[in-house]
Amino acid sequence: MDRRDYPTLFLLILPAALVFLAFFIVPMVRLAFVGASGEDGLAAYVSVLTTPRHFESMVATILLSLGVTFAALAVSTVAGLFLVRNRFPGRETLISVLTLPLAFPGVVIGFLVILLAGRQGLVGDVTQALTGEKLVFAYSMAGLFVGYLYFSIPRVILTIMAAAEKLDPALEEAARSLGAPAWRVVRDVILPALKPGLIASGAICFATSMGAFGTAFTLATRIDVLPMTIYTEFTLNANIAGAASLSITLGLVTWAALFIARSLSGSTVAASG
Amino acid sequence: MPRRGLFWAQLLFTLILCAFLIVPVVLSALAGLTENFFVGLESGLTLRWVWEVWGLYSQTIYLSLIIAFACLAVTLLLGVPTAYVLARKGGRVSRLIEETIVLPVAIPGLAIALALIITYGGFRDFRASWAFILVGHVLYTLPFMVRSVLAVLSSMNFRELEEGAASLGASFWQRFWTVILPNARPGILAGSLMVVTLSIGEFNLTWMLHTPVTKALPVGLADSYASMRLEVASAYTLIFFVMIIPLLLAMQALSRENRVIATKRAERAVLQERTAT
Repeated sequence: MDRRDYPTLFLLILPAALVFLAFFIVPMVRLAFVGASGEDGLAAYVSVLTTPRHFESMVATILLSLGVTFAALAVSTVAGLFLVRNRFPGRETLISVLTLPLAFPGVVIGFLVILLAGRQGLVGDVTQALTGEKLVFAYSMAGLFVGYLYFSIPRVILTIMAAAEKLDPALEEAARSLGAPAWRVVRDVILPALKPGLIASGAICFATSMGAFGTAFTLATRIDVLPMTIYTEFTLNANIAGAASLSITLGLVTWAALFIARSLSGSTVAASG
Repeated sequence: MPRRGLFWAQLLFTLILCAFLIVPVVLSALAGLTENFFVGLESGLTLRWVWEVWGLYSQTIYLSLIIAFACLAVTLLLGVPTAYVLARKGGRVSRLIEETIVLPVAIPGLAIALALIITYGGFRDFRASWAFILVGHVLYTLPFMVRSVLAVLSSMNFRELEEGAASLGASFWQRFWTVILPNARPGILAGSLMVVTLSIGEFNLTWMLHTPVTKALPVGLADSYASMRLEVASAYTLIFFVMIIPLLLAMQALSRENRVIATKRAERAVLQERTAT
């Protein structure tokens, strides 16, 4: 029955293939051409390096995304390992809370940051009561960092918990019985075993942060992360070619991050903020 | 066994992390129900802001639900057959196709939206209808449906079931309807929940693809954050949470259940092997 089914299989996948071709492949190829159609031609693709405003925005976005990635990996590893290894009442609830914001959109997370650290925010109230001075950081780089960390934790913790469940307790036991102190067990046994999970979730986190638009949009900060720069070029400056070439560059960066991670560690699925 | 100090330190750390994620959500819910957030809870609780939001923005909520269910219908029609073909074929071509389908998730929504506007923005009627937003949502959610169904199909030996049905004379379509679809159900269900949840909350594509007459929920949210008082914005966010959190909880419950099913399947396979040898 194998070969006889091939025409049917082809028919089954045809609708998806046509939709994908018409609404994804063709538009993306056009976008790439439009990117090279401005005054600068193909040089538009290196504008990330040559135009100071674009270069600054690229560097800021990369630094922010890297910082968020490492912070999210660190806190999620501590909490994830703890939740996998201990059984106690309320554990399921904690897991539920930590993974709940998985599909919160970036705009909403931006608003949550405003409630937390904005002009009428909780942090402001608490610091005013304690020190007499109001701490407001929602609209700065720190606000973006907090927002990005917020949407990164659920994604990272899921992958890390899945990886931690597969750890072999016998290895740790062996290390300990040979006299290894706790920090060496962590460094030499646990972290190497978690490495594929850390790489996979780190890449998801980095790619999501690079492309995140909603959070910066809500916070309306003066810090131009790359997606905001693209948006401004497109809407305010009507620089369609510039927006297109920057989009393609950004898309290549995020895709490459995910691709490299996947080839290093197995499968990953991201969901953008 | 008495808990060690390390346990309590880690628990505290995890609780702080949970607080970081949940406190802002509670704050936003409270702000949406408070008469005057600046004064605080003493000003009294009210549903006034929720009603105001309903009056101003109920259209965006209906539109988002319509788009989400249309998106579900399309991803079911396109995604389930695709997952089946990929599971059947396997090999390098299948992986390449899968890699391509996942691209819209790896590339920022902003880039995809720009590409769609540049290519199809000239078709006025299409550009002005919600179908334009739907196209973006389908591209973005399709990989989740395909992956979810594919994962279930790959975890079981559906070829054996199919061959059994075929030997009894079942045609291809009979097999597809009566063998494949029922067995892929957990994956279809999980994928469906994911698609609806993502579609309702998707902002990047929706913002770029919307027009003044096709404002969906996330667009309305951004609009209220920019121009409304904090209480109204919070009440709107509260309505959004009421819509989305049950879906997210259902997704969590389902993934727990699917994990149990997968473990049972694996156990049964081991048992069968043992009884066979």
